[in-house]
Amino acid sequence: MKRLFGVFVNGLIIENPLFIIMIGLCSSMAVTTTVANGIGMGVALTFVLVMSELIISLFRNLIPESIRMPIFLIVIAAFTTIMDLEMQAYFPVLSKSMGVFIPLVVVNCIVMGRVEAFSSKQPVADSVVDGLGMGIGYTWVLIALAVVRELLGNGTLLGFQIMPASFSPMIFFILPPGGFLVFSLWMAASNNLRRKLLAGKKPEPTQDSCCTLPENGSAEKA
Amino acid sequence: MTDLIKIFVAAFLINNIILMRFIALCSYIGMTSDVGQSVGMGLAVTFVTVMASAVTWPIYYWILKPNGLEFLEILVFIVVIAALVQLVEFYLKKSVPTLYHAMGIYLPLITTNCAILAVTFDQITFNYNFVQSIVFSIAVSLGYLLAMLLLAGVRQRLKNSPIPSFMMDTPILFLTTSIIAVAFMGFAGLIK
Repeated sequence: MKRLFGVFVNGLIIENPLFIIMIGLCSSMAVTTTVANGIGMGVALTFVLVMSELIISLFRNLIPESIRMPIFLIVIAAFTTIMDLEMQAYFPVLSKSMGVFIPLVVVNCIVMGRVEAFSSKQPVADSVVDGLGMGIGYTWVLIALAVVRELLGNGTLLGFQIMPASFSPMIFFILPPGGFLVFSLWMAASNNLRRKLLAGKKPEPTQDSCCTLPENGSAEKA
Repeated sequence: MTDLIKIFVAAFLINNIILMRFIALCSYIGMTSDVGQSVGMGLAVTFVTVMASAVTWPIYYWILKPNGLEFLEILVFIVVIAALVQLVEFYLKKSVPTLYHAMGIYLPLITTNCAILAVTFDQITFNYNFVQSIVFSIAVSLGYLLAMLLLAGVRQRLKNSPIPSFMMDTPILFLTTSIIAVAFMGFAGLIK
C-alpha cells in the first residue's frame, strides 16, 4: 500500500510530467485559456493514460520487444479515438474549443513515455496508480496555469465574473506569449519547491527518450 | 496563386506552429541546445511533414471518406506516419547514406512529433485541396525550423549570462520564448 502511495505521489511534484520530465508541453499551454478547458483536457488525458497503462501492463509479457512501439501506438490511438468521440458526443463545445489538441493526445509524450518507461515493466496495480498520479500531476498544472490566465486575461473563473467591474482584462495573458510567461513562472516555483523537498537527496535522472536524443546520439552521428 | 501565398504566410509567420500554436514544444525545448542539431531536426521534420501530408491527403479523401470511415482518422494517420518514417529510414540508409548520417538520428524522434500529425489533421479541418495542403505543410515546417533556430541562437548566449538561480534551466527558456512570441504577434496584421 505504502509503495503504491509512493508511486502515486511521485507524479505530483517530484516527477511532474510537465515541469520535471518536460513532456506533453504542447497541450498544456494551448488549452489553458479558460479553467474549464484545462480541466477537460486533464480528465481526457488521464483517461487515455490510465486505460493505456492498464492494457499494456496486462499484456506486457506477451508483447515482443522488437515491435513494442507500433503496438503501444495503436493501443493509445484506439483510446484517443474513444475519448475523442465521447467528447464530441457529450461536450461538443469543449471539444470544439480544444480542436486539434484532442487527436494530438496520441503523440502526447506523457502517454508514450509512461507506457514505455513504466507500465511495460511493472505490475497492473502499479501501472494504474502511476497513470492516475501522472494524470493528476498534469491536471493540477493545467488548472494552475488556467486560473492565472483566465483571471488576469478575462477577469473570470470558470466563466463567473470574479474581478470588479473596474478591472480591465489584460488580454496578454490569453494570448500565446502570456501562456509561455505564466508557464515559465509556475515552473520556476514548482522546481524550487522540488529542490527543497529533495534537499540532501540526489534526484534520479528523469530524462525521457521521446523528445531528446539519447546520450550516445552525438557519438552515433560522428 | 494569391491564396497559396496567403496560406504560406499565415502558416509560416502569423500562426507559427511553435510560437503561436504551442505545437511540438517538446522537441523545441529538447533539441535546441545546439544550433547544428536544431537545423538537422528542423530539416528532418520538414522532409517528413511534406511526405506525410502528401500521403495522408489521398488516404483520407479516396479511402476513408468514400467508405464513411472518418472516425478512424487518428488511428490510420499515426500508423501511416510511423510506417512512413520507417520506410524513409530504410531508403536513406540504403540509397543516400550521406543524408542518412545527417538526418538518421532524428528520425526515431519524428514519429512522436506533434507537428507532423497536427499538419495532417489541419489540412483536413481547413478543407485544403491537395496543392494547398502541400504548400501548407511546407510553410508550417519552415516555421518550425525558424522557431528552433531562433531559440538555439539565444540559448548560446544564455550559457554565459548571469541568470537568477530560481530561473535556471528551463524556466528561462520559456521566458525567452514568451518574448520571441511577443515579437511574432507583430505579424498578425500581415494578412487581412
